[in-house]
Amino acid sequence: MNLKHVTGLLCAAAMSLALASGAQAQDKVVKIGAILPMSGGTASIGAHAKAALEVAMDIINNAHPELGNLPLAKNAGLAGLGGAKIEIVFADNQGNPATGQNQALRLITEDKVAAVFGSYQSGVTLTSSAIAEKYGIPFLNSESVAANLTERGFKWFFRTTPIATDFAKAYVDFLADIKAQGAKTDAIALVHDNTEYGTSVANTISAAFKEKGQAIAVDVAYPVNATDLQGQVLQLKDKKPDVIIMISYTSDAILFAKTMQSLDYKPAVLLADDAGYSDPSFIKAVGKISQGVFNRSSWSVGPAGSPSAIIADMYKKKSGEEMDDTVGRQMQGFFVLADAIDRAGSTDPAKIQAALKATDLKAEQLMMGYKGVKFDDKGQNVLASGLIIQLQDGENYTAVWPKANAEKPPVLPYKGW
Amino acid sequence: MSFVLVQVIVGGLLLGAVYALFSSGLTLVWGMMNIVNFAHGDFVMLGMYVAYVVYTLMGGGPILGAPLATLVLATVGVVVYFALIRDIMKGPMLAQILGTFGLALLLRYSVFWWFGANFLSMPPNIVGGTYAFAGLRIEASRLLAGVVALLVTLGLHLLLTRTSLGSKMLAVAEDQTAAQLMGIRPDTMQAIAWAIAAGATGLAGALIANFFYIVPTVGETLGIVAFVTVSLGGFGSVPGALVAGLLIGVIESLSGYLIGAIYKDIVVYVLFLLFLWFRPQGLMGKT
Repeated sequence: MNLKHVTGLLCAAAMSLALASGAQAQDKVVKIGAILPMSGGTASIGAHAKAALEVAMDIINNAHPELGNLPLAKNAGLAGLGGAKIEIVFADNQGNPATGQNQALRLITEDKVAAVFGSYQSGVTLTSSAIAEKYGIPFLNSESVAANLTERGFKWFFRTTPIATDFAKAYVDFLADIKAQGAKTDAIALVHDNTEYGTSVANTISAAFKEKGQAIAVDVAYPVNATDLQGQVLQLKDKKPDVIIMISYTSDAILFAKTMQSLDYKPAVLLADDAGYSDPSFIKAVGKISQGVFNRSSWSVGPAGSPSAIIADMYKKKSGEEMDDTVGRQMQGFFVLADAIDRAGSTDPAKIQAALKATDLKAEQLMMGYKGVKFDDKGQNVLASGLIIQLQDGENYTAVWPKANAEKPPVLPYKGW
Repeated sequence: MSFVLVQVIVGGLLLGAVYALFSSGLTLVWGMMNIVNFAHGDFVMLGMYVAYVVYTLMGGGPILGAPLATLVLATVGVVVYFALIRDIMKGPMLAQILGTFGLALLLRYSVFWWFGANFLSMPPNIVGGTYAFAGLRIEASRLLAGVVALLVTLGLHLLLTRTSLGSKMLAVAEDQTAAQLMGIRPDTMQAIAWAIAAGATGLAGALIANFFYIVPTVGETLGIVAFVTVSLGGFGSVPGALVAGLLIGVIESLSGYLIGAIYKDIVVYVLFLLFLWFRPQGLMGKT
């Protein structure tokens, strides 16, 4: 036996020791895989989400009695699993459906995660959740809004966020309300990219308006991460719609704002469907030339000292950013998943699945403005809801609709710069 | 012809000039050294960040940012040449591709690590707002980029065709050994070529930063346009890149406006492939 063989054997011995001790430590750790866009055009979203999930992990793993009714905050770790800690394994989906799928496979087969969380872009959630379904691992989605995700008959897929159909109804009602107050909302233009998110949300919104007897007047589709949007802004300038509904990720949202300013074009009402318009870097980059844009949200910071305000503070300390709707929905989703694992009292996928199905959280147990969390047979949270916010000063969104939740009345027309 | 159509064409020309501006550096190293620099888009990105840092630290606009970006990137170009390119040029084609691709990722993720993934932006109207006449609107920052694109193209063209430095560079491109026998040092010439190419790219980045968003991955978005522009214009032809850039800009704008934005890339690339079918060397490339 030469030296090479001896070293080889020693290595193997060391590795098996490491593996064995790893298995022991595993008893106290629950691994959850998180698939997020850490690179690519939406990397800023991934970076914010990572910070938010780390805050959520801190809240779960350490004692935070100041957070009141929030499940898992009071004591350290998961009580149902003897105080086990949660560990998140982050995976980069690069904003690419194929990569997301590979990462799901890796998390499940190699990292042996108890559940998968992700994946921001609807298109990526579509592919990565299919892998979890195949392997029978619970998949919790907190932020993808394409309606079809919960229409696939999946048994392991759960979604906490309000979805496109919910928002589409809210948009119809909101526009009807401001029309009653004298705004012109007859001709509606949809501006959206060509991703799963852009096309499916556009379809859902146009169906919701059609149901009310109002056809969409202009449909402007553009390729995601566009280098130039002058043609699209000129198209809109030509057709003069009363209302524009923007369905765009951050990069295109910023370029649209800049191009609209340079071509001096403002619609009377600019209504954005979250995504890029909720990214804090959108507000920093072009908030001052997008004053008065409406957006949807389920997040409201609440009075000082309230759990949501404390969480917003923790998040700001961690990331340096203001809390926004997207990261809020992500944290909320993660809490729901952790709560289910806690109630399951096990990392057995089937038990977690059963616990998720039995989820029944009340509004006061949540950090987001949902009416609660309760999943239907398709895995969709039936109590999810949202409100309309407006970037009145170009710096901070304010809740403006529905009236019951409004901090200020909506201001019309769109001011821009 | 309606005003809108005029605006579309003018917008397309200005866009095309910008395409030409950030492609000239690529065509230079491609044509001179047969090196495909996959890090080109990330050089543009670095130029944008230099301009942004100049703005945030010193409050300087493009008057300070553009020359500084040129200088910084020219230095980066020389360093990259001696540290990486000189060696991989001797290797197989695959090593060249992977080498510059690795460099692209290194640059992208270094900026990621330092600046974070957030989208940044220069303040609007940093270069004097928007000119409006007869219903036509031209952004000063785009006009500046367009004018500089023309000047850079002209400058590079004159350098290559009218100066002894240019002749030496072309001689090295033609035949390294023969040039060396004539007393020209290929290393020096190629380092200079990299400095000029990277400098021009940095300048382009600094000017584009005035009207585009700044993000570590912006090189992905812009890089592909540069490759198409250079192949259409003809490898190594600086005036070719200008004409090709303008052409692509106008075709993109027109098809985006008339047919629809999601089809504009199809129109551009179908025309591009058809053109290369009939004329594989590009508009102004040598056969």
